[in-house]
This record gives sequence, C-alpha cells and structure tokens, in this order.
Amino acid sequence: MEYFLELLLGGLTRGSIYALIALGYTMVYGIIELINFAHGEIYMIGAFTALIVASVLTLQGLNHIAILVIASVAAVIYSSAYGYTAEKLAYKPLRRAPRLSALISAIGVSLFLQNYVLLAQTSDFLPFPSLIPEFKFNEPYEHIISSPEIVILITTTVVMILLTFLIKFTKIGKAMRATAQDRNMAMLVGVDVDRVISFTFIVGSATAAIGGVLIASHIGQINFYIGFIAGIKAFVAAVLGGIGSIPGAVLGSLVLGWTESFFTGYISSDYEDVFAFLFLVFILIFRPAGILGRSETDKV
Amino acid sequence: MMKTDLGKFFVMAIIGISMIFLFPGNSPAAETIKLGVAGPHSGDLASYGLPTVNAAELVVKDINAKGGVLGKKVELLIEDDVCKPEVATNTATKLLSEKVDVVLGHICSGATNAALGIYKDSKIIAISPSATNPDLTQSGNYPNFFRTIASDDAQAKLEVDFALNTMKAKKIAVLHDKGDYGKGLAEFAKGFLEKDKRATVVLFEGITPGAVDYSAIVQKIKRSGAEAVIFGGYHPEASKIVTQMRKKKMKTIFISDDGVKDDTFIKVAKQYAEGVYATGPKDVSKNPMAIAAIEAHKKAYGKDPGAFFLNGYAAALALLNAIEKAGSTGYDAVEKALRTEYVDTPLGKIRFDEKGDAEGVGFSIYQVQKGKYVELK
Repeated sequence: MEYFLELLLGGLTRGSIYALIALGYTMVYGIIELINFAHGEIYMIGAFTALIVASVLTLQGLNHIAILVIASVAAVIYSSAYGYTAEKLAYKPLRRAPRLSALISAIGVSLFLQNYVLLAQTSDFLPFPSLIPEFKFNEPYEHIISSPEIVILITTTVVMILLTFLIKFTKIGKAMRATAQDRNMAMLVGVDVDRVISFTFIVGSATAAIGGVLIASHIGQINFYIGFIAGIKAFVAAVLGGIGSIPGAVLGSLVLGWTESFFTGYISSDYEDVFAFLFLVFILIFRPAGILGRSETDKV
Repeated sequence: MMKTDLGKFFVMAIIGISMIFLFPGNSPAAETIKLGVAGPHSGDLASYGLPTVNAAELVVKDINAKGGVLGKKVELLIEDDVCKPEVATNTATKLLSEKVDVVLGHICSGATNAALGIYKDSKIIAISPSATNPDLTQSGNYPNFFRTIASDDAQAKLEVDFALNTMKAKKIAVLHDKGDYGKGLAEFAKGFLEKDKRATVVLFEGITPGAVDYSAIVQKIKRSGAEAVIFGGYHPEASKIVTQMRKKKMKTIFISDDGVKDDTFIKVAKQYAEGVYATGPKDVSKNPMAIAAIEAHKKAYGKDPGAFFLNGYAAALALLNAIEKAGSTGYDAVEKALRTEYVDTPLGKIRFDEKGDAEGVGFSIYQVQKGKYVELK
C-alpha cells in the first residue's frame, strides 16, 4: 500500500510538471487552433533566465525566498517577451495562410530557439540551484514527499484555478472565448483579436516559465534540450485531456503521469513510453476529442 | 629441335630473372626482425589506425638507434586492412608472404577476428592496441592473441568485483539507459553477477533517457531492497537518479561507469554526488614514458597523437621486449615471454594474463570525495 501511495504521489508530481507546460499548449490551441511547438522552448528559456538571475542574486547574498521570487518574476517577464515576439514575427503574418504553414513556422521557431540557446549558452548540463526551500517533514511522510513536490502540486492547482477564473469571469476572458468561437464575428462586434491573441501567448508563456523555474529547481539540472522532451510529453497530455480545454490539460497530464509511474512501478520502465503512447491511442479511439474535449464539427 | 631448346632457354631465363626480382635480397632479410603493422590506414577509420603506425615508427626508430633487438635491426611491414574483415584476411596473408615475425594489430575487432585464424595457423603472435571485443581473448580460440587495451566488459567486471568483494552487496539492482553503451555494460554486469552467485540481481531495467524525473524507478529500487545499484549510462540520468535517491533518504551504493566519471556529474548532482563510485580509465597522464612518447610524437609529426597511440606504443614495446627476452622470434618462446616478463610501457608496467589481456591496463574505481573523483587503489 505504501508503495502504491508513493507511485501515486510520484505520478501526481510528474503529471503536475506536464500540466504546467500543457496549459500553454491548450490555451493557444483553444484560441487560434495552432499547435505551438515552440512552447517547450519557452519553458526552457524560462529555466535558463531563472538560472542566470539566481546565480547573480546568490552572489549578492540574498535569501532563498527573495531569489526564488525575483528569479521567477524575471523568468515570467523574459519568457512572455519571447512568446509575444514569436507570435508577432512567426505566427501573425501567417494567420490567413493554411494551418499547416503556421505549424511549420512553429517547428522552425522551436529549432531556432533551441540552437540559439545552445550557441549562446552551452550544450552541457548546467546545475540548477534548489530554489524551493526544503521543509522538514516528520516520518512517515518524509521519505514519501518533499517540499518541491508539494510546491509544484500547489502551484499547478493555483495556476489552473486562476486561468479558469480569468477565462470565465474577466473581460479579457470573455474576449478570448469570443475569439475562440468565431474570430471574424468577434472582430465585427469590436473585440481586438490581435490583442487577445498576444495576451494568450503572454499568459501561456508565463505559465511555462513558472513551470520551468519549479521543475528545474526540483530536478536540479537544465540544458538547451529539456524543452523538447517536456514539450512533447505536455503536448500529448493536452491532446489526451482534450486540446483547448484547461481542466482537460491538467487531467490529461495527471493521467499521463500516473500511467508512466504505475507502469514503471508495477511492470517495467523499459517500455514506459511505448505504453504511455499506446494508452493515448487507446483513449483517442474511444474519445477522439480527448477525455474532456468537446467533439465539434469543423467550422465550414 | 634447336628452336625448341632456345625457346625453353628463354622461358627458363625469364623465370629466372623474374625470380630475382620477386625475392630481392633473400639473404639480408634474415638479418632484420619484421614487425607487421596492420590496421586501417586509409578510408573512414584511418584515424584509428594511423596513430599506431606512428607509435610503431617511433618505437622502432628508438630501438634501432640503440642497436636493435638481438643485435638485428627492426623493420616495419605496414599493411592496410581498412577495418574490413574481408580485407584483413588478405592483409594477413600478405604479411605472412613477406615473412613477418610478429604483428602489431589489427585495430578493429571484426578485422582482428578475421585475421587471427590465419596468424594462428602460421604461429604468428599478434597484439592489438584497440580491439575490445571480449570474445577475442575470452573464447580461448586464439592463444596467439594479446591486447594492450581493456576489453568491453572490463568496466562491468570491475564494477561487479567491487560490489561483491569490497562492498559485500548481496542484492544488486542493475539499471541502464537503453543505449548501446549503457545497455551493453549492464548486460555484462548482469552476466557476471549471475555467474558469481554471491549476490542476486533484484532488478534489471532500462530507464528512459531525458525523462523529467525518475521517481517511479527510484521507488522501485527502494522496494527491491537493493543494497547497490550498478548503472550503465551517462551522467545526466545518473545525476537525476542519485539526487532523487538521496532526497528520499536512500543510502543505496551507486556504482557506475566511464560515462558518469565526468566532472559535470559532480557539478550537477552537487552534494548528492558524494560517495558515488564510477569506473574510469587508469590515469596515465603522469607516467613519464607516456609524456615522453607524446613529446616524441609532437616532435616527429608536429601534432598531438590520435586514438590508441599509447596502446600502440605499449604493444610495440611489449612485442620487441618479448623477442629480446625470449632470445629468438620463435613462437613458443615469445608467447611465454609475453606472459611472464614485465615490460615498462607508457601504460605502466605490464605483462599479459593467460587469456592475453594486459594485466594492469584499463580501468580503476573512482569515488566522489569532497567534490572530486579520487582514484581508489
């Protein structure tokens, strides 16, 4: 039973990690139906920014919490700027082009950012400081859960609630929903569609940056390539949950995290990915739009 | 009648003359010791073979300057096998036709394997500086074969011996990263452990490289009750696993390989790296002979030596030393000398074991102590 709980918690943490990245995928897809392959790279840039800022601040001798907050804010700002710029330069000119063109453009941005960081930084793995403070837990919890895991779980939940609130109850949220439903009609009734899309990219990038800081701090190492694998897994999670749906992204991530964790724990890690993707295929056969996705006919 | 005789005479004369050209100086040949050097000297893999040629040239120049071996000059017969088994058999036959005494080579395991049968039938000794396939020595098929490099399973053997003899582990988990290098090593380790029977392999699994975390596999290690983990793979995965194990308060011994014996591992895993064991090549950078050999190479060829240079240098020295000690180039005497007489080489003082592997060449165990890899003696 204890083993089961440990695997459950491990899967939960892993799922939350995926969720922080999957949220950005699903938001962008919900608004403009673009699979933003560069999203994983935004997450990676967030982690790098935090590393650089944290290294400088550690030299200044600030305390842990202050470093965590400042580094996260810097990562959020920097990543958002990248997300915003990528949208303006690589996606906006293609908005009227076939969807495939924008997709290729997104892959291009992804490769560009990866190689840019590779050249500007290094190909080596870099140590990432543990920014999240370690709390002492009492046995029997101590060896099951650690504070970074709790922080990741709480952050994911809070981000998810805030995003849902933002979309359901604010003016910009209403504009986002309108744009998602019918971009031309939204434009006709006075919604500034360009601004809504930019805003979506900024919010999506910000969540990825937060994810980058927390995950890098939990795992303790980063390199230019981390965004690719995490991005693919998060994308799968978003599809699994129903791309375009915010609770779906979180649910899909948790399901993927648990699948991997239990499969490794009870069967074998050799085929972890094989099994995770088999499971994805299996779910998509029965629910083609994902677990929480609405199946809708394409707009004519 | 006359015509035919003349014709016969001409034929004889032509054969006679060509014989003279075919075997120029049959008699002076006996006065040199012929050291064959075989390996890829052209093509894609030439960079593996040419450093050994350079090494042989340097050694021979040195020894000839000091009067040669057994009072005879050493002559090099350099033959290209482009690393291909089918070419290597021709190379070997050619060397035999040139009356080679001993062979330094071949370089690639496949080519070496192909050539060894031919050398064995003609009682010629071959020393490879680079063929690492374990079977070449361990199968026992080639008593004429020696090498100055550790075989592919040497690291796994060392790791297993260390876990069993020094750490006295009874339950061992063997993990790998599913790559050629890591998985190969892990399979060798598993094989040695199963043969030994002092410990049981409680877990044998491949992990997914680059995964965001390894908490599930770490829990699995914990549940398996393993006292030691042998990991085949590279440092990014190793540092994630070690970090998560230590964060979960597990004191499991972690033993890994050359791919982890990298300063990046310590930099990334930080305090959690302390106490981790890893095998790595023996440090020869302070060996005065190695320093001198590299200097001589720079002087003669104007650049740093390439792959297997020191192994090639050691092999050439070992061969010529064995001939000197044996007092002849006879197969039995040289073979015995290789196994019994120590020789000073850039890789240290070496001789060969009964299987043909060089004793004292290869890998050491290192441990992370106070943020540095320290070689354990």
